[in-house]
Amino acid sequence: MTVIGIDLGAKNTKVVILRSSEILATSSVLSGFDQQSSAEEAVNEALNKAKITREDIKHITATGAGMDAITFANDTVTEISASARGISKVFPSVRTVIDIGAEEGRAIRLNENGKIIDFGINEKCAAGAGAFTEAMARALEVELEKMGEMSLKSTKAVPMNAQCTIFAESEVVSLIHQNTPREDIIRAVHDAIADRITSMTRRVGIEKDVALVGGVANNIGFVDSMKRNLGFDLLIPKDPIVPEFISAYGAALVAQDTMNGG
Amino acid sequence: MANSESKEYWRWTESRWTNPDLDWKNGEIISAGVDVGSVSTQSVVMVDGEIYCYANMRTGSDSPDSANKSMKWALDGTELPLDNIEYAVGTGYGRVNVPFAKRAITEIACHARGANFMYGPTIRTVLDMGGQDCKAIRCDHRGKVTAFLMNDKCAAGTGRGMEVFADLLQVHINEVGQMSLVDEEPEPVSSTCVVFAKSEAVALLRKGWSKDNVLAAYCGAMAHRVVTLLERLGVEDDFAITGGIAKNIGVVSRIEKELKVTAPEPSIDPQLAGAIGGALFGKALVEKASKK
Amino acid sequence: MKANYGYKDGSGEFYITIDTELCDGCTRCVEACPEKVLEVVENELDPLAEELVARVTDEHRKKIKYSCAPCKPTTGPINLPCVQSCEPGAISHSW
Repeated sequence: MTVIGIDLGAKNTKVVILRSSEILATSSVLSGFDQQSSAEEAVNEALNKAKITREDIKHITATGAGMDAITFANDTVTEISASARGISKVFPSVRTVIDIGAEEGRAIRLNENGKIIDFGINEKCAAGAGAFTEAMARALEVELEKMGEMSLKSTKAVPMNAQCTIFAESEVVSLIHQNTPREDIIRAVHDAIADRITSMTRRVGIEKDVALVGGVANNIGFVDSMKRNLGFDLLIPKDPIVPEFISAYGAALVAQDTMNGG
Repeated sequence: MANSESKEYWRWTESRWTNPDLDWKNGEIISAGVDVGSVSTQSVVMVDGEIYCYANMRTGSDSPDSANKSMKWALDGTELPLDNIEYAVGTGYGRVNVPFAKRAITEIACHARGANFMYGPTIRTVLDMGGQDCKAIRCDHRGKVTAFLMNDKCAAGTGRGMEVFADLLQVHINEVGQMSLVDEEPEPVSSTCVVFAKSEAVALLRKGWSKDNVLAAYCGAMAHRVVTLLERLGVEDDFAITGGIAKNIGVVSRIEKELKVTAPEPSIDPQLAGAIGGALFGKALVEKASKK
Repeated sequence: MKANYGYKDGSGEFYITIDTELCDGCTRCVEACPEKVLEVVENELDPLAEELVARVTDEHRKKIKYSCAPCKPTTGPINLPCVQSCEPGAISHSW
């Protein structure tokens, strides 16, 4: 039985195809203006990779900010549930999930069966989400992908006072004018967002193991700041289900559960 | 202004003024208020509680320098030496960095006092929309603060947020308000966060919306946000708006409509409220010291 | 005077209100707060008077949603140490 999970996020649309729990293919495309066609595009790309056709698919479950726009999906599942389902399959020992997307941050507490017992969401403010690091990369004129590596080379912790993305942009520019090394500014950026996310997670209570998912988990500089804040290591999913695919994977698992009558 | 600055859509006009009916040489107490904001700096010199001269200019790279420059410009052509100012008060974001000030006073207290001077003793609610913050103040008939709230954490509802939009749409900041007065009011932008509101605006433009309509949607959202802040304090008449946004008719008219109040037309540049309040506190502190 | 410290952003309204008519400047809230959010200083809103009142420190004003997060679990009872320590009942939270 073959099923699809789609995560239509604010920035990227991710697709995972599962056949009897085995991952056949994944794909990711930029979420365009027309969400439905972004979803089509991502699904077609994954189908091509898996060398199968739409007719082979028994069920499609959608999640993410734009999930309701996907008319060809059979059903939808909340981001919290998708994220929880995905991570407990990859890491059954996880009790706390920190999921940072482009526009939203979530902290989820799970019990030993992977059931959600509590969650907190940080939404509608870019300062607590991936959009913050992205805006800072632009202000610094540094590629987003290089931010992590560069911040690990920082030798000095510099404070950042702005709590708003727009004000932080100006602060970054004035730090550059003061000849603060870019590496130190980038670390300050990661420390600032890690502080906010740690506080949000403290509201649901932090129990080990703690997993970090969502696109921001690929940023090793941010991960480093989180580790420093929490005082222990975080679990981060690896290939083929890299951090940004956890929700799409979770949605696919939910699709499979549905077909199995679960 | 140089041509190279013509592309800075956020730039507004600087100004200075001397009162032709006053002579500082006849005054008893000469006091001053300097409001060093994140975006603009104002210096107001008062002779016995009446405005003698002022300057309003863009804040430079550091606060002491901005304070010195604006005071120098205010005094330009008056022959009043800086040393003759008996008590200068610093206020605003850079209030502790005014070199010639005897004391720093929070802008909330100064704005209430300044509004009381500008609009008269019937003023009870003051909304100050500055470059990087937004304050709502309730005050009594003497201009004493009875309640306040401030937001300087988030760019939404501040001049900075409006600048981001002016820049995005390449519209001069002075024209934003007028342009936004469209015949049919569109739905306000739904995101509060300026980062997300900007993405929303880009999507609206792609959909074929005109700049005027996008500005209308943003001015509407800004007005609504400010109204929800005011509702926490409660709005009592008379109600006045100060700060740079008070000059933006697009935001002001929408706030008035939503609150069903009319803000009085200021006879004095509303950006001066903080500095005027500072100068009045300067005078009051001189009088208080002489009574002791 | 009702002094509201904090902010409103896209994610909500986060204000700590201190009623300066009720606050007697006792500093118990300062000691009670585990995150050092409060301090007692001269009332800056009334420059012509010289009374001591509590306020939220500059450092925490722009992040109290986060600073106060540990005292506000998403589930279970919320007992704010600052509010409980204040005998005259001068402190309240908006969220």
